[in-house]
Amino acid sequence: MKGVTRAEYCVIACAEAWRDAGEILASPMGLIPSIGARLARHTFAPDLLLTDGEAMLVGVDGTVEGWLPYRQHLTLVTGGRRHVMMGASQIDRYGNQNISCIGDWARPKRQLLGVRGAPVNTLNHPTSYWIPRHSRRVFVEQVDMVCGVGYDRAAGARHHRIPRVVSDLGVFDFATPDRAMRLASLHPGVTVEKVREATGFTLEVPDEVPYTREPTAEEQRLIREVIDPENARAREVAE
Amino acid sequence: MTDKTMTADEAVSWLHSGMTLGIGGWGSRRKPMALVRALLRAEITDLTVVSYGGPDVGMLAAAGRIRRLVTPFVTLDSIPLEPHYRAARERGAFELMEIDEAMFMWGLHAAANRLPFLPVRAGTGSDVMRVNPGLRTVTSPYDDGETLVAMPALRLDAALVHVNRADRRGNGQYLGPDPYFDDLFCEAAQTAYVSCERIVDTAELTKEAAPQTLLIKRHTVTGVVEAPNGAHFTSCAPEYGRDEAFQKRYATTPWAQFAARFLGGDEQAYQSAIREAP
Repeated sequence: MKGVTRAEYCVIACAEAWRDAGEILASPMGLIPSIGARLARHTFAPDLLLTDGEAMLVGVDGTVEGWLPYRQHLTLVTGGRRHVMMGASQIDRYGNQNISCIGDWARPKRQLLGVRGAPVNTLNHPTSYWIPRHSRRVFVEQVDMVCGVGYDRAAGARHHRIPRVVSDLGVFDFATPDRAMRLASLHPGVTVEKVREATGFTLEVPDEVPYTREPTAEEQRLIREVIDPENARAREVAE
Repeated sequence: MTDKTMTADEAVSWLHSGMTLGIGGWGSRRKPMALVRALLRAEITDLTVVSYGGPDVGMLAAAGRIRRLVTPFVTLDSIPLEPHYRAARERGAFELMEIDEAMFMWGLHAAANRLPFLPVRAGTGSDVMRVNPGLRTVTSPYDDGETLVAMPALRLDAALVHVNRADRRGNGQYLGPDPYFDDLFCEAAQTAYVSCERIVDTAELTKEAAPQTLLIKRHTVTGVVEAPNGAHFTSCAPEYGRDEAFQKRYATTPWAQFAARFLGGDEQAYQSAIREAP
């Protein structure tokens, strides 16, 4: 495959989160996860449910197929038939995520969004994360406010699962004995050193780290011609 | 037949300092902004505000009217972070009960059902429990034995919501795609004030719209306020979208300057000022 961009590797890495997911709601937050979810639905996860970002369930062409206002969305969350890919202002080695504030919660240095639905999401269905700019500011030793619950704090909650973290540098999972974050694949062009430098905690790195897979010709066509012909993805992750 | 129509200022005259006030809508969507503007004109302060927060929270926070806020987030949607809310938080202007979106909903459900709490699988493991030391857990009395959060009822002294249509008795209708939680706010409250784009005869409500658009039932409503463009600058689908240009102005203008230019007069003055705004 020629000329695959970093943004396209990120799309592939996000799309893979929904492989074989079945008939569940994909909730991508951010542009590249949205392209990824639609790519998955177009290809290897044809039964996925998608929303228009408002109250409608829609097909890839925008055809309305259902109604999902916020309160039904919350029921779907606790019913478990959803895999969200959220953002994170901070994330730590066990997958604790923060979108609430930076600094002391009682008097924050920077107030952010608030916990939103991160606590309920992480206890009820798979929750993955998308981080468009991998840095020590985001990948921190300890988050300032735990919104999304990580493995060390979930106490084995029955529906808790963090399948993957995707950044502009690689893909990460928690497939280690103590469920600490591990480098699962590097996007082509990225080195292990670069990832280590951009990570604020000691990352588990296997001896052999694979590269994130290439898109197929059909996937690349779908991304470039059907899903994101305006190349908006390059604004979220530049090459 | 009880005619519940009143002006926004009359509705606010029933409110007083120290109350717990629920505000409907979500983020920067279908917020009862005409009622919030009336609240800003009144000498009411020391409020506990319960809201899926948007500019309602930002404005009341900027004006120093909030003693305590109960919310899972505050956002302007197309502008992710609410600048006036942020500034108020960063200067420690009020107490915060920061809870998850589902916990918030179950708190309203508990209040509406006159229950002390409802169990919810959310909160445990997160710092929601650390920053709200008053939250308690319950253990399922059945075989599963799961520990859940006992979300306390969010009882409201008053609710403020905005819908597309209402009749004079307080039957409220939404015509957009999402009811948000406005009926729940009304059910969780002792009193509720419903503003609407247009007051119509009861029979007209279902002339062209399906009966399931009748979101708010009159027995939960105290006052009905006709407030055309009353959600401005938030959205009120399908009648108007968010006024993005004006929202941007709100977010980038120092509060005192914004308030002086747009909030100094009554609602009519506001509506004229926004028409003249370049």
